[in-house]
Amino acid sequence: MSLLQVEGLTVRFGGAAALDALDLEVPEGAFVALLGGSGSGKSTLLRTIAGFVAPAAGRILLGGVDLAPLPPERRPLHMMFQSYALFPHMSVADNVGYGLRRAGAATAERIRRVGAALEMVGLEAFARRRPAALSGGQQQRVALARALILRPRLLLLDEPLGALDAALRERTGAELRALQRATGSAFLMVTHDQAEALALADRVAVLEQGRVIQQGTPRELWDRPATRFVAGFLGAANIIEGVALADGGVDCPALPATLRPAVPHGKPPGSPVALALRAERIGFGDEGLPAVVTEATYRGGASLLTLRTSGGAVLRALWPEASGPAPEHAVTLSWEPSALVPLA
Amino acid sequence: MIGRALLWLVLTFGVATPLALVAAIALGEAAEGIPPVRFPWNGGAATDSLVLIATDPFYVGALLSSLEVAALTAAACVALAFPMALGIVRARPGPRIWLLAAVMLPFWTGFLPRMGAWIGLFRDSGWINGVLVEFGLPAQQMLYTDAAMLVGMVHAYLPFAVLPLFGVLLRLDPRLEEAAADLGAGPVARLVTVVLPQAAPGIAAAFLLVFIPAAGEYVIPELLGPPSATLVGRVVVQEFFQNRDWPVAAALSLGLLVVLLPPLWLYQRLGTQG
Repeated sequence: MSLLQVEGLTVRFGGAAALDALDLEVPEGAFVALLGGSGSGKSTLLRTIAGFVAPAAGRILLGGVDLAPLPPERRPLHMMFQSYALFPHMSVADNVGYGLRRAGAATAERIRRVGAALEMVGLEAFARRRPAALSGGQQQRVALARALILRPRLLLLDEPLGALDAALRERTGAELRALQRATGSAFLMVTHDQAEALALADRVAVLEQGRVIQQGTPRELWDRPATRFVAGFLGAANIIEGVALADGGVDCPALPATLRPAVPHGKPPGSPVALALRAERIGFGDEGLPAVVTEATYRGGASLLTLRTSGGAVLRALWPEASGPAPEHAVTLSWEPSALVPLA
Repeated sequence: MIGRALLWLVLTFGVATPLALVAAIALGEAAEGIPPVRFPWNGGAATDSLVLIATDPFYVGALLSSLEVAALTAAACVALAFPMALGIVRARPGPRIWLLAAVMLPFWTGFLPRMGAWIGLFRDSGWINGVLVEFGLPAQQMLYTDAAMLVGMVHAYLPFAVLPLFGVLLRLDPRLEEAAADLGAGPVARLVTVVLPQAAPGIAAAFLLVFIPAAGEYVIPELLGPPSATLVGRVVVQEFFQNRDWPVAAALSLGLLVVLLPPLWLYQRLGTQG
């Protein structure tokens, strides 16, 4: 049984549904990322699980127990806020020890565990400082220590890396992942950054308009996006429109070519089919589809080419070397049948 | 910056000049004539008045009871204003503006009519006694008591306490309370460990904003208080108009200023910190 089960959760703000009969499961000890754009409802989902937003319908079960009757302070899970929400009038140690104090832990026990928690995030030397005297990355780690010190079975993280700069984000992400493994707590992390979600999480759930439209391992999402939105959100995928043929092929006049995806699209003949083709799965050779380079963008060790086929389709492909063909240059494109992913 | 410049302007022309005049009178001698004082530069230099108000039990007592009444007023105002301000801050933005307007409403109506209304409520044949008698209870002497005076003081100064508290509570990040709740703090623990400490500068500001003017209050004790409430404001008026002893009146005013300096200094420090 999953640690967290969200069933048919609906939240309305005014008349609009922020969450629309949403289903989600978080297994024990897993790292799940909720990926979505702004307004997709991902932060609302976290706030509803934490108890700050009352759902209009649906259930939230943690370890099989319905959380509905419990106010936030009695829910056995903790949240790390996007802005960290550190108490500015308390020292770092008092911030971290706040939950233990509320739980009535003995002073000696509290001091020991606060020390251990600060050591875990490498902030032993900052115990007596005020949060305002710390850098953004240090504040983030205080917030993490404060939420993890109570050893929750489930930790909710709202854009935990969102306020950090790019260099720090990568390192902190790896630390987050290591902490998750070390503590064994399940993490449910909200992010709008697909690279972050794919790199850190065991499972990724993609949210659109208050619904989970696809969930799976990062690999599954990357290789088999279910919808145009997922394919687009995960980045750098071409979407090729075509018409289903009786033999399972797809006629794509914009290329022009007849494509044969390795996975059957299952559509009746004559109906429209959309296929995703990732930029890095397009190869360059002597045989295949002719195209002309219209634009080349340097991408650090590779070039992202924008190409136009003779049928007028615009495709993006990754040239594996820094110096690729210049605009106006003619190339020939090919790909494996398995690179073509039919979309819902 | 502009606020500070304006403050200095007011201090120089609105405070320093009158204060120098008061000091000059306090250091002079009472005399027959108009004005009834001989200034130090006319050979009337004396510290008698200052010594008198610092040593005579009557004047020292007036200063102390003024501070006591002001402290009680300020404490009661803060105690009432805190839940009011919290309620206004937590109201939705639509109702919030009207609740705030209701707090400000007394400023738009005359001060004396409002005191007159309290007299009408408190006096022996007033409305409150009317209701008591209606229910078969004995009528109470309420007007010209310490309680009536305190009610009038709290009524008059309450808005001064609500506004700074409203300001500080409005700026409080609601995420902090959510974080406290998330870490296991119930409503009372959230109030004590998160809201109150963060509102502390506002509480101090509200207290002092009431305490400082209330210490020199004259009209309310005069209208609602007992004759025994010899507060500084009343004594100053008596000395000035009835005894025509301007030096003692001026010395008392200076005495009040001196005892209010520490809280003023404290308020200034809180202001620069916040």
